[in-house]
Amino acid sequence: MKILVAVKRVIDYNVQIRVKEDGSGVVTDNVKMSTNPPDDNAIEEAVKIKESGKAKEVIAVSVGEEKAQDTVRKALAVGADRGILVKVDGIVEPLAVSKILQKIVEKEKPDLVFMGKQAIDDDCNQTGQMLAALLNWPQATFASKINVKDKSLEVTREVDEGLETIEVNVPAIVTCDLRLNEPRYASLPNIMKAKKKPIEQLSASDLGVDTKPRIEQIKVEEPPKRKAGIKVASVEELVQKLKNEAKVI
Amino acid sequence: MSRETMEYDVVIVGGGPSGLSTAIKLKQLDANLNVCVLEKASEIGAHILSGNVFETRALDELIPNWKELNSPIKTKVTKEKFLFLSKNKSLSWPTWLLPSVQKNHNNYIISLANLCRWLAEQAEALGVEIFPGFPASEILYNVDGSIKGVSTQDMGIDKEGNKKDSYEPGIDLKAKVTVFAEGCRGHLGKQLIKKFNLNNGKDPQQYGIGFKEIWEIDEKNHEEGLVMHSAGWPLDNNTYGGSFIYHAENKQVFLGYVIGLDYKNPHLSPFDEFQRFKTHPAIKRIIDGGKRISYGARALIEGGLQSLPKMFMPGGLLIGCDAGTLNMPKIKGSHTAMKSGIIAGEVIYEHLKNNKDLSIYEEKFKKSWVYDELFRARNVKPSFSWGLILGVIFTGIDQILFRGKLPFTLKHKHADHETLKQANEMPKIDYPKPDNIITFDKTSSVYLTGTNHADNQPVHLQLKDPNLPISHNLIKYDEPAQRYCPAGVYEIQKENDVNKFVINSQNCIHCKTCDIKEPSQNIIWVTPEGGGGPKYGNM
Repeated sequence: MKILVAVKRVIDYNVQIRVKEDGSGVVTDNVKMSTNPPDDNAIEEAVKIKESGKAKEVIAVSVGEEKAQDTVRKALAVGADRGILVKVDGIVEPLAVSKILQKIVEKEKPDLVFMGKQAIDDDCNQTGQMLAALLNWPQATFASKINVKDKSLEVTREVDEGLETIEVNVPAIVTCDLRLNEPRYASLPNIMKAKKKPIEQLSASDLGVDTKPRIEQIKVEEPPKRKAGIKVASVEELVQKLKNEAKVI
Repeated sequence: MSRETMEYDVVIVGGGPSGLSTAIKLKQLDANLNVCVLEKASEIGAHILSGNVFETRALDELIPNWKELNSPIKTKVTKEKFLFLSKNKSLSWPTWLLPSVQKNHNNYIISLANLCRWLAEQAEALGVEIFPGFPASEILYNVDGSIKGVSTQDMGIDKEGNKKDSYEPGIDLKAKVTVFAEGCRGHLGKQLIKKFNLNNGKDPQQYGIGFKEIWEIDEKNHEEGLVMHSAGWPLDNNTYGGSFIYHAENKQVFLGYVIGLDYKNPHLSPFDEFQRFKTHPAIKRIIDGGKRISYGARALIEGGLQSLPKMFMPGGLLIGCDAGTLNMPKIKGSHTAMKSGIIAGEVIYEHLKNNKDLSIYEEKFKKSWVYDELFRARNVKPSFSWGLILGVIFTGIDQILFRGKLPFTLKHKHADHETLKQANEMPKIDYPKPDNIITFDKTSSVYLTGTNHADNQPVHLQLKDPNLPISHNLIKYDEPAQRYCPAGVYEIQKENDVNKFVINSQNCIHCKTCDIKEPSQNIIWVTPEGGGGPKYGNM
C-alpha cells in the first residue's frame, strides 16, 4: 500500500497572530512557521502504518511557497520516504489545493490520502472533502482511530454526538483529528537523513491547475476585544443577569 | 541504553551572534571542516532579544560585503538624545557632553533576532549544519577531563521522569573542539566556569535584566533613526538602570529598560519599574495612540573585564555573553560577542591545522580591539555602585577626560544574589495598576512572547531545596522571585491558609534571572524540551 500525506505550512500555533495595518492579511515576516498540527498526526499515522508492515511507501506533499520545503523536510525527518513540493505563491484556496492533489494522486496512484482535518490558519476544513469528490473516492473525516484491514479501513470519527465508527473501502481519503496519535519527535540523525531524501519540485502550471483565487478577500481585521467580566454576589443574581441582561436563558 | 553518537570537528552550542560568527569564520578558513550549531529555540532568532543599536565593526571583518547580501541592517542612526528623568520632568543632556562610547552616529538600529536569522543563512550557505530545537543539556568529558562534546536533551519524558510513547533519546555529539555560546548565564557555561575554575581571581560577575517592547506608534511621533536613552526616574539614585527607545523602520519603536540585578530592595519589581517608566510624560508622549506588538525580557551580563572568566579550557572555548564580553558603557554586546566568536574560529582553525593549544585564545583576545574596548570600559559599571549621581560624575571624568585609561581598576564587590536586604528593612513599593493601554500586567505580556513548553515534561526550574522559598525566602525577603521573574513563573499561593510556592514553568521566557538573583542560589535553570520557550519575531 502507498500512502500520500498532504502537509501545510502555517504560522506556528503559539504565535500571537497580528493583522496587517492595511487589513490585507496577517503579518508573516519573521514569524515562526510550522507544520499544521493535525497534519503532523496524519504523517505519524501513515508512518505507523508503514512500520506495521501494512504500507510500503509514505509520500509527503505540500502546496505553497518555496519555504514549504521545510514542512516537507520535517515530514521526511519523521519517516516519510520522499517528498513533493508544488510551488504556488500567494493564497491557494482549498479548491485549488484539492485539484493539485487530484493530479498528484493520478500520477502517484496511492491507496490512501491522509491530511489534517483542517488547517489552523484558514480553518476551512474543505480540502479532504473536495478531493474525495474530485476523485470520487470514499472519505473518512475527523479520524481519531484508524484500523487498517485488508481492502478497507475502519475509522473512528470525532462527531458532535460523540464517536462514530465507519468502514471505507480503499482507496480512500482520511482527514485526521488531533486525538489520532501523538506525533513523534524528529531525531537529529533522522533530520540528517531527511536532508538526503528526494523532494520533487513541481509547479501548479506543470500540473495544469489554475490556482487563481475564486473568493475575493475584502478585509482582515482583529476580533473585537473582549469586555472585562464582572463578579456576581449570588447564584440568584447570576440567574437574573443571564435572563435579563445576557438574555441567554 | 547506549545513545547514538555523531561526530563533528566543531560543535557550537547556541545560535546567537557569537556562535554563528565562529561557525562562519571556521568555514571561511576551511570549507572541509564539519561544523554544527545546536540551538534550543524552535528556530534561530526565536530566543534572541536585544535593543539593538549595532556597531558593524565585527561584521565588517567577518562578511565585508554584508551590504550586498540583503542583510537586515538598514536603519542608520540619525539623531541621539539622552534624558535625565525626574518624576515629572526631563532634562536633555547635550550630546557633545556624552562620552564617545555613547555616540552612535555610525551605527544602525536593528533587530538582533533578524540579524541572527540572516547570519544563520550565511552559515548554512557555507555548509554549517544548524539544528534548532535541540538544546545541549549535558557536557561530555574525556577520561583526561577534557571536553569531549555535548549531548542533546532526551525528548518525550513526562513530569515524573518516565518515558512517554513519543520518547526519543538525545544523542551524543562528539567534537574536537566544543564552543559554548549560550548567551548570558548559559547553564553549561556556568558548569564549566565552576569545573575549570575559569573565574579564579576575577571579580564576581554582574548582571542586569533587560525588558523590551516593540510598539507601532503614530506617524507624527515617529522619527526613524532616533536613538534615545534615559537614566533616573522611576529608579532611585541607588539602583542602576536606564531606558532605551530606538525608532526603527515601519513606524516601530523598540522600547526597553535595563535594571542592574544588584538592586537591594526585595520589594522592587523590575517588570513594574519598566511599566511605570512608560507613564513618564516624556515617554508616554511618544507611544500615545500606539500599539504594543511584542514583549520580552532577558538577563544581560555587565561585569566587564574584571569579571570576564578565562575563555579557554581543554577541548572547549567559552565565548560571547556566555563568558561576558558585553561593553556596558556602550550598552552593546553584539559586536564584541561576534568578535569573540571570530577569534574563536581563528584559534580553532590553528588548533586543528597546526596543533596550536587553545590557550592561544587569550593572547589573541588581548591583542584584539575587543580587549581594548573592554579595558577602557572597565571602571564605568563599578562606579555606579556609589549611586547614579557620583557614577555619572566619575564616568564623565573616566570616559571623557581619561578615555578609560585611569591607572586603577575598580572592583565589583558582590555577586548579585548577595545584595538583597531584608524585606522588613526596605520600603515597600506601591506600583500603579496597569491601564492596558500604556502599561500591562505580566500575563498579557507573556502572551505576546508566544511562549510554550510541551505539557507533561519535567519542571526545568529546579530547586535545590524545595522548602527554602517558603521557610526562608518568604519570611526574610517576601520571596522576591514573585517580582524579579518577568514572566510570572513564580507565585506564592495560599491553600487552606498554608503558603505554597508554585512554579509555572510553562511561562518561562528563558531570561535566567532567577538562576542569578535567587539569594541562596536555590533555583537552577536547566534546558526544557527542545523548541520550548518564547517564539520572538523581530526582537
